[in-house]
Amino acid sequence: MALSQDEVLAGLAEIVNEETGIDPTSVEMGKSFTNDLDIDSISMMTIVVNAEEKFGVKIPDEEVANLVTVGDAVNFITNAQG
Amino acid sequence: MKLKQYETRKYSRIYSLGAARGELVVTNDDIAGPIDSSDEWIRQRTGIITRRRAGENESLMDLSVAAAKEAIASAGIDPKQIGAVIFSTISHPYQTPSAATMLAELVGASAAPAFDISAACAGYCYGIAQADSLVRSGLAEYVLVVGAEKLSDFIDPTDRSISFLLGDGAGAAIVGPSDEPGIAPTVWGSDGSHWSSVSMTNSLLELRDGTASWPTIRQDGQTVFRWAVWEMAKVAQQALDAAGVKAEDLSALVTHQANIRIIDEMVKQLKLPEHVAVARDIVNTGNTSAASVPLAMHQLLQDGTVKSGGLALQIGFGAGLAFAAQVVVLP
Repeated sequence: MALSQDEVLAGLAEIVNEETGIDPTSVEMGKSFTNDLDIDSISMMTIVVNAEEKFGVKIPDEEVANLVTVGDAVNFITNAQG
Repeated sequence: MKLKQYETRKYSRIYSLGAARGELVVTNDDIAGPIDSSDEWIRQRTGIITRRRAGENESLMDLSVAAAKEAIASAGIDPKQIGAVIFSTISHPYQTPSAATMLAELVGASAAPAFDISAACAGYCYGIAQADSLVRSGLAEYVLVVGAEKLSDFIDPTDRSISFLLGDGAGAAIVGPSDEPGIAPTVWGSDGSHWSSVSMTNSLLELRDGTASWPTIRQDGQTVFRWAVWEMAKVAQQALDAAGVKAEDLSALVTHQANIRIIDEMVKQLKLPEHVAVARDIVNTGNTSAASVPLAMHQLLQDGTVKSGGLALQIGFGAGLAFAAQVVVLP
């Protein structure tokens, strides 16, 4: 069954925490991965691959550049769950 | 009438290694200015503290001859016994003739068949695969494999994608016959759908026509990182399976030294036990493409981290995209 937006956000926050040590409560919809959370491109790719595994979705390389905020990623994953 | 064919041999092994690094020790501070970066930023994102680069009068061939001569001397063979010279490079500045024939001449193996291969960071492992086949097929008794680069000729100091990682060096190996298995089956391949993910900025034809400048190397870091970790971890596992060994049987993991974070993430993916030494020569040498695997293995042997006779999984991956992995007995 497809996860809700809140559930995807919670799962993504866990992944971000595991990769970077950032407090999961700081991973909010409006935050930018690069500017607010200071996540670099390599960590971002690790988060993307772990998210693919966790949520059973495919996030193509060319899509990663469009995931500027946490909300962008949550929305993409939520929709991609189909 | 029945044709004669070569008598095949059952096994081959790596007899020895040789190594040469560029004479200059280039710090992060030395190169941070043009990319608006810092020592801390470069260390954190790549693991590199220094990279070795060739001096003003040091050529690709100088480095290659030094590495090859060490390997030949350590193997205890006469250079005339070398039955093939395989030279992997992307930075030999002539389209033709090859670097291999010059190297053969300079090390005293001038009668040997000699040829270059272009498989970038996978090139040394491609060379070991070919040497293994040549020895076991009977076509050659001893093969000199060299992976060498002078990448500093193909960098752009303002490029933030790859130039600041790159170094110069040469690694060499002698492969020959063995009574015991010494080189397990190679798992190799390519993915041309990512042809442009690591590439020169333009061709020599565009340089000739004045529509582009001197070509330098660029990469799409995120795409390459994903491929290098998650796809190459699968290839590494296939190489272990093909060898009939498990990760815990290894003495060392020697990956292409592209970025410390690729190495660390691959260790995680392979669930490598702590007793397995992990080559991290990138910290002091930088990314030397075809030279990085033999340089890193040579370093582990030289500093006593691993001993001759142990097993190492070596894996090269890079531009092409191209990859090759095999488990070998450490020389």
